Amino acid sequence: MAEIRVQHLRKAFGDFVAVQDSNFVVEDGEFFVMLGPSGCGKTTTLRMIAGLELPTGGQILLGGDDVTMLRARERDIAFVFQLFALYPHMNVRKNIGFPLLAQGMPSAEIRSRVEETAKLLRIDHLLNKSVSGLAGGDRQRVALGRAIVRRPKCFLMDEPLGTLDTEFRDLMVHELRELHNRIHATTVYVTHDQMEAMSMADKIAVMNHGIIEQFGTPREIYDRPATMFVADFIGSPPMNFLGFGGGLTKGAKEIVVQGATVAVPEVREDIAPADMALGIRPEHIRFDDASKLRGAIYGTEYLGTTQIVAVETADGIIKARVPAEIRLNAGDHVGLTLNSARLSLFDKGSGRAVRTAVHDTASQGRAQHG
Amino acid sequence: MSLTTAHSVVAPSDNSKRIAGAIIIAYALISIVPLLWIFATSFKTPPDSIAYPPKILFQPSLEGYCNLFTTRTRQTPEYINSLGPATGFCDETVRKRNMVIAGQSNFLPRFINSLIIAFGSTFCAVFLGTLSAYGFSRFKVPLADDLLFFILSTRFMPPIAVAIPIYLMYRELGLSDTALGMILLYTAVNVSLAVWLLKGFIDEIPREYEEAAMIDGYTRLQAFWRTVLPQATTGIAATAIFCLIFAWNEYAFAALLTSGTAQTAPPFIPTIIGEGGQDWPAVAAGTTIFLVPILVFTILLRKQLLRGITFGAVRK
Repeated sequence: MAEIRVQHLRKAFGDFVAVQDSNFVVEDGEFFVMLGPSGCGKTTTLRMIAGLELPTGGQILLGGDDVTMLRARERDIAFVFQLFALYPHMNVRKNIGFPLLAQGMPSAEIRSRVEETAKLLRIDHLLNKSVSGLAGGDRQRVALGRAIVRRPKCFLMDEPLGTLDTEFRDLMVHELRELHNRIHATTVYVTHDQMEAMSMADKIAVMNHGIIEQFGTPREIYDRPATMFVADFIGSPPMNFLGFGGGLTKGAKEIVVQGATVAVPEVREDIAPADMALGIRPEHIRFDDASKLRGAIYGTEYLGTTQIVAVETADGIIKARVPAEIRLNAGDHVGLTLNSARLSLFDKGSGRAVRTAVHDTASQGRAQHG
Repeated sequence: MSLTTAHSVVAPSDNSKRIAGAIIIAYALISIVPLLWIFATSFKTPPDSIAYPPKILFQPSLEGYCNLFTTRTRQTPEYINSLGPATGFCDETVRKRNMVIAGQSNFLPRFINSLIIAFGSTFCAVFLGTLSAYGFSRFKVPLADDLLFFILSTRFMPPIAVAIPIYLMYRELGLSDTALGMILLYTAVNVSLAVWLLKGFIDEIPREYEEAAMIDGYTRLQAFWRTVLPQATTGIAATAIFCLIFAWNEYAFAALLTSGTAQTAPPFIPTIIGEGGQDWPAVAAGTTIFLVPILVFTILLRKQLLRGITFGAVRK
């Protein structure tokens, strides 16, 4: 197992820049997830780490060695593809043993390694089956088996659960994490599904348009989004934004939004007057008739334990997650109270988060670039 | 519109199935009758083969096959009687017509030439076609579209249009009437078809298979050999049949460029007609034997052939 260090990585296809100056470190044994919408450059980054694409610029270090320009087969990594890429003309045993065959390992040893791996993944009863008859989850396990059997320096996975149905997906998320806990393999996992990312990752990089918007733990990314993109991409429903104008001064503890004064975490930097946004997660909104921040109920979405309430305010619809027991009717006017300790402030122009007291305990997450 | 019954818009009705069946049977009869006629003629005696009205029922005879494989000379009955007893079935058959076997005919060597040239050129065309199709499919080839169009354009003219220049070139190069020359020629004609057909098949094989193999420690060539090729077998088989059918049946170039050592069966079979009258049973016997290899090959690979023809029409 090894640490992966990516420095100033860049990839351009003609005029299109897929990855711009990416920097991150995946520590030994860490489960790292690259999360972002399709076309954001996450798969390209992964393919460059694998050696399937050569970068336009930058460096990739694997366990301290520069592998930037090495061929895929010289890097000692394993890759799990979205469509699994199981060879249809080989059975499960041959598929899993295929990477060992390349190393010229004696067949008796291949046999025992394959069987050991199959036991680990609980697919030892399928070894002599053809891969084409397997269910989605089992195909996934065979693909993982082919990756694990080599004991490579790291695992790269490209949306490996993307084609599974929801039921299998939840199961495999659990299994993958459990597997990682057992073998502690450095893993880079690419997905566009925030639930997969949040539930499995030690560290997440949120990417957009080839830029890493934020690099941090799932908790940091959820609680302290570094940019409006991250705030909007993570969370279901995502973070609400309420626009406000004017600058901020260091030490300010409240702002005025739609004529209502809202307490915010203490501002740690001076911001010149500009269009700003107050970011608030749905679960940090409560209904309180005394509040001056008001809106009309637009609709509700009942989810069992909670409900999502859409409230039409002067600045558009915001969504609140409130207990399911509260009875609400469309058109009712309600006051909104925001949980001041959990608010985020953004500069709308750059999308960047304003440094406030919530950042005191953690480093500002945004990856340096440019 | 008094009665409405629910009917599927997808499944054909019984009536249309019957009509379709009738059309297919009629077409099959029209296509098969000439082949059956050739097959039947090959087992007729020469008088039966030219009988009028034509004989549907007749006493089968192997005279045509005997005549195909031998050359014969006409002798007086006295001379034939002076010979010892007939040495074999064919000898006995031809003696009834006052003839004796003078030697082996050229049919067998011509047939072997056909086998060597057709299968040799098919192998070359498919081999080169697979490699170039893989290259076009997987790599950024400069001017790939133009090159592919160029490859296709070599088929725009009927190949025979260049017969005279090729004849002159072959004479200069000493390739005239050689198996190598014919293999090269048929390969050149077929390779464009092979590249285009195979590119379609290889495009359909996801790159992930090779990428997975290359990450797992294989070189690209090994990855191609172990993961792409096994999955391209259908396409390769379909392409091979198309190439083989062309090379096997080709007449014009064979007639022009081969005369002796490298002559293939198609130009040879008609020459039988000239030898001692119009020996239709021998011609029919030659044609029947000539049809066998292509028939066997096609039947063996018919599933792949069907997939090759309907390729792209149905998504997996």
